[in-house]
Amino acid sequence: MSFISDTLFVYRRQQRLILRVPVFLIVGVLQPILYLALFGPLLTKLPAGTLSGGAGNGGTAEAYRFFVPGLLIQLALFGSTFVGFAIISEWRAGIIERYRVTPISRVALLTGRVMRDVVTLIVQSTVLILAGLAFGLRAPLGAVLLSYVYLVLVAIGLSSLSYAVALQLKSEDAFAPLVNSVVVPLILLSGIMLPMTLGPGWLQGIARVSPFRYIIDAMREAYAGRYWDAITVEGLCVAVGTAAVLLWLGSRVFVTENA
Amino acid sequence: MAIIEAKGLARDFTSRKRTVHAVRGVDLTVEEGEIVGFLGPNGAGKTTTLRMLTTLLRPTAGTAVVAGADLLRDPLGVRKRIGFVPQAIGQTQGGTSDNSLVIEELLDQGTAYRVGREETRRRAAALIEQLDLGGLDQRYVKTLSGGQRRRLEIALGLVHQPPLVFLDEPTTGLDPQSRSNMWEHIRRLRSDLGTTVFLTTHYLDEADALCDRLFVIDHGVTVAVGTPDELKRRVSGDVVTLSVNGATEAARPLLAASPVVREITETDGSLRLTVDHGEEALPVLLRTLDGASITMSAISLSRPTLDDVFLTLTGRSLRDDSPGGGGGADGAGGEPELASAGATTTGTAGKEF
Repeated sequence: MSFISDTLFVYRRQQRLILRVPVFLIVGVLQPILYLALFGPLLTKLPAGTLSGGAGNGGTAEAYRFFVPGLLIQLALFGSTFVGFAIISEWRAGIIERYRVTPISRVALLTGRVMRDVVTLIVQSTVLILAGLAFGLRAPLGAVLLSYVYLVLVAIGLSSLSYAVALQLKSEDAFAPLVNSVVVPLILLSGIMLPMTLGPGWLQGIARVSPFRYIIDAMREAYAGRYWDAITVEGLCVAVGTAAVLLWLGSRVFVTENA
Repeated sequence: MAIIEAKGLARDFTSRKRTVHAVRGVDLTVEEGEIVGFLGPNGAGKTTTLRMLTTLLRPTAGTAVVAGADLLRDPLGVRKRIGFVPQAIGQTQGGTSDNSLVIEELLDQGTAYRVGREETRRRAAALIEQLDLGGLDQRYVKTLSGGQRRRLEIALGLVHQPPLVFLDEPTTGLDPQSRSNMWEHIRRLRSDLGTTVFLTTHYLDEADALCDRLFVIDHGVTVAVGTPDELKRRVSGDVVTLSVNGATEAARPLLAASPVVREITETDGSLRLTVDHGEEALPVLLRTLDGASITMSAISLSRPTLDDVFLTLTGRSLRDDSPGGGGGADGAGGEPELASAGATTTGTAGKEF
């Protein structure tokens, strides 16, 4: 099982390197905490049921049950899509090529890094959930644990995609605008700040293309105590499907002999 | 048995709908234990060929057996048996991570090649000793000097004790002292470990001082193969310049009649003789003049440099294309070196710094 040990090897190396410069980890989780502190309170004054399609009782409980899953996905979206920057500088340093000439599985060069990103996201999400609790989030433990499943799947897919695209572009100047022009509409269309159901029909229609919209809906459903209905199953299928397709795409890029 | 046997290796790149034939068909045979140099200006196809031989780039055409494994059918077999030290200056650098400790890089490399932990430690200690990296093992890579970092990169290519190591521009960017120091290390690779060394360079003095045999490549094809001496001989022979006190008129027909002299001209009162083998011709010439009791006041032998070879073979001087001088992108005759730019890159092809 050299693929697994190769993945673990790459993971350990990457983990060691990122801990040497932990500032990125802290900055990553700081942003959603600012949203939690400075935007979250605005939501607590909305009329009951606005954020939950009529089912909630309003106030702090409904607001954070809505907002925290959104922020978790936002954290995953930003954190995972930006990992590509690191691989561009690694490529420029010749590190990618050095390892491509070793007997290490080339797919493991991707999966080990993705694993590092998943672990990073789990730690950051935990910080964010704890902060959420401090602000007044009350959700069933099962729902909180389930949100990690979704987050891990999102991180696997988006990190793979980010690494693959970055390795193809090999230029921060090209990668940065691309990431921004993809992530910002995704965040807006996923209903992170406010539910998409508040929008007009055409906007709700467009929002259907964002896979994260389904994932967020499923997480919110779980936070409201409903673990097994059409919404959560749909969300899980979308999450698994997206992760699988993007991981496969990423692997193709890492295996080809001229990346 | 040959450790590298390549036939018709070729690689095309498509960049902005234009096909560039970076390498058009390279044949190589390298024997075990040789130090072989791959010489050519920027954009000649050196790095592209090296990247094909090290499984980083799939050839468009051709076949090769590298260290006993077929390049196309068993690239993993090739990777297990070769060491590779990427070039340190250019689009990509030598492959070490700023925030790693020296010892971590060495140990990681051992793990990557499935060398046991203890064995890697032993070899790392030996390499640190051999490559003058003593006392640096707990230092961050970013704190090393250019020469130290380059030696670490070479050490990384050797942790798994490969029978064949590829060095891409091993001394580019080093100061003169570090360069000659590096040559010493490379020579010792062969003498101490029996490693076959395949290196690319665009320094003529390096090729001359270090390599048993040279492949000269230009516009993607090998234009000459041979020892540095053989290549120089192919150009124009050696030149003997001698002065005879006032007896030039008498000496000239005598020397012209000598079988070792190919050509003779007179400039500023001294005679300029073109000969095939300078060191063998000198005693003959001395005896000829001695026999006629002509005394000589000065004699010198100059041999063609590899630069002359290069000029003859490729019609351009290597020095016009010297390192850091802007590279192939703006060179009059050179095609951009697409080696590390890859096929799908746009805008960055041929860019160097």
